Amino acid sequence: MPNIKELSTRPERLTSGHRLCPGCGASIAVRQILMATEDPVVVGAATGCLEVATTIYPFTAWNTPFIHNAFENVAATISGSETAFRALQKSGKISKDKQIKFIAFGGDGGTYDIGLQSLSGALERGHNFVYVCYDNEAYMNTGIQRSGATPMCASTTTAPSGKASLGKPQFRKDLTQIAVAHNIPYAAQGTIAYWSDLVRKAEKAFSVDGPAFLNVLSPCYRGWRFDQEKTVEVSKLAVDTCFWPLYEVVNGEYKLSRKPKQKLPITDWLKAQGRFKHLFSPTEQSEAIEQIQKEVDARWQKVLKLCGEAE
Amino acid sequence: MSNIAQKQEKIAVSGDEAAAYAMKVIEPDVVAAYPITPQTEIVMNFSQFVADGEVTTEMIPVESEHSAMSACVGSAASGARTMTATSANGLALMWEVLYIASSTRLPIVMPVVNRALSAPINIHCDHSDSMGARDAGWIQMYCENAQEVYEKLILAIRIGELEDVRLPVMVCQDGFITSHAVEALEPFAKEDVQKFIGSYSVPYSLLDVDNPVTFGPLDLQDYYFEHKRQQSEAMSRAYQQIPEIVKEFKNTFGSEYDFLELYRMEDAETAVIALGSTAGTAKNTIDGLREQGRKVGLVKMNFVRPFPAEELRSALSPLKAVGILDRAESFSNQGGPLFSEIRAAMYSSGQRPPIADYIYGLGGRDMTPGLIEEVFRDLDKVAKTGKVEQSVHYIGVR
Ligand SMILES: Cc1ncc(C[n+]2csc(CCOP(=O)(O)OP(=O)(O)O)c2C)c(N)n1
Repeated sequence: MPNIKELSTRPERLTSGHRLCPGCGASIAVRQILMATEDPVVVGAATGCLEVATTIYPFTAWNTPFIHNAFENVAATISGSETAFRALQKSGKISKDKQIKFIAFGGDGGTYDIGLQSLSGALERGHNFVYVCYDNEAYMNTGIQRSGATPMCASTTTAPSGKASLGKPQFRKDLTQIAVAHNIPYAAQGTIAYWSDLVRKAEKAFSVDGPAFLNVLSPCYRGWRFDQEKTVEVSKLAVDTCFWPLYEVVNGEYKLSRKPKQKLPITDWLKAQGRFKHLFSPTEQSEAIEQIQKEVDARWQKVLKLCGEAE
Repeated sequence: MSNIAQKQEKIAVSGDEAAAYAMKVIEPDVVAAYPITPQTEIVMNFSQFVADGEVTTEMIPVESEHSAMSACVGSAASGARTMTATSANGLALMWEVLYIASSTRLPIVMPVVNRALSAPINIHCDHSDSMGARDAGWIQMYCENAQEVYEKLILAIRIGELEDVRLPVMVCQDGFITSHAVEALEPFAKEDVQKFIGSYSVPYSLLDVDNPVTFGPLDLQDYYFEHKRQQSEAMSRAYQQIPEIVKEFKNTFGSEYDFLELYRMEDAETAVIALGSTAGTAKNTIDGLREQGRKVGLVKMNFVRPFPAEELRSALSPLKAVGILDRAESFSNQGGPLFSEIRAAMYSSGQRPPIADYIYGLGGRDMTPGLIEEVFRDLDKVAKTGKVEQSVHYIGVR
């Protein structure tokens, strides 16, 4: 992998001037991932923050071909484009030597929930593309509504905390495992704080022949309720508390990317975010916190086992 | 005409097979499709052409119609000639993306095999599916028989891809009645078809990585309205340019598909308006009635979008009574969709004959010559009194 100096000289594909929030995890994820290939790329994006904030007509922040179709269909849309590329190469309209990488970006709403079928279909059909879920754990574009990726007890506008509620009652969906179950050549979890890990994973994703899936935890300061300069810190805490294990699955082989030297308690991550504040005041909800910790531990153990690292 | 392309040897095919054969000579770059009765035979037959290497088309066997239309958008935006096909619930599932295809000005061509929408679930013909999609910005053509299905699909490619038009096209045929009835088809030579449709080129392509373009941006109060206005201008340019292409098609292949086909209308006093296979039944019935000296005729609509209002006004104005045959209900208590639109179009005519609606054939209920005769008997009464006593009738219903 090129070093940071070399990476910094690569052309910007998502240029400045877009209207994503300062401290937005999604834009960092997109830039890190697109740095990982020097080939031309065709980018698709699902409806969501990334798309609305980067393509406000007559402006576009995309220095690369870009298509937005709808909320739930970015995987199908990119599969159409990737197929057109193969068809036009076959008929000689595009040179056989031409290299183009196809990449689809979707938020967690557009991926875990409404776009899951479209994603599953495209993975199963084996299109040569990279799907990136920038997972900010809620529908942020429409004002912080719960999604299948929202963690238990997070307060969102459709599962708010209140006198009779501690926020979202369910645990989150494990989408990476769902993607892995498609037996695709490459799937991985990453997050923006560990940029070299993420760029390396994106390089691998671009290099495989067939579909690759990256699930990238991308903190949202507005939705998670932390100060905008803390995006990287919160991303790091998600890994260090083992809430968000970093691992990859290459042709079915699991490999752990990072084992925290000291596994931090989940409360370190929860306390850093206002969306969990009701768990700590006015009274501490120790039962709920314990339940969350138990689930995090169980999922971490499962990943360790899959990666052959179980204690 | 002496230079009309030689038709090939006749073959016996269903309407679905005719569509698949048309797709074979069109040989699109990409087809993304999902099966649904009664469209399935189109996808099955075309998949076999692909499997046998008879076409070089890339197929995307998507997991739903929503993804079919979504993949078509991605493909057409990438500069590939792109087709799909569907029916009923499949068309309904595509709904959101139908609008995106037309608004992104992507000339996708789609055979639609008309089938009743659920509920109750039913696999047989009516026009509730495509009628509901008539405001989705697609050009819509309707076919009387398998030969028309074949020819209109070829015509559709040319019309949709016109530089000043660039709109998607639905080519509708009646589920089972046309799609599964075996008829004689006179196919065309592939070279002639390819010459007529020409090669597909786009002003902007997603695959032109050296000249990157953003498709599908957020378009707010500042521009959205202008873009919609441009889209409606494209549809009016389609209306202006279709006659030229239809003429060229006639000169090349022999058949004529004007906006309206007027059948025995020269001296007609009453007439029915129909789409699809019902036009065939009506022609037969009219021939019989003519033998009895009745002055009856048929206006068959080849196109519903763009809507041929001017042509309808000149065809209908001289009549004493007009009956609209609607194979769809709109639940407006004002009759079916064709009735609403045609009656509205007649409002600006100097001469306004009385018009009545006859809703028929929902869920595949047969349209018989007897029912059409009943309509003409009713129209005779209307013609005599000059008054429509009942504007909406349901015929053939218990
Ligand atoms: C079919 C459909 N349903 C709902 C919406 C409204 N909508 C637009 S974006 C969005 C949420 C997007 O959430 P996510 O995918 O997590 O991306 P984010 O906004 O967080 O970037 C919703 C609900 C829509 N555009 N289309």
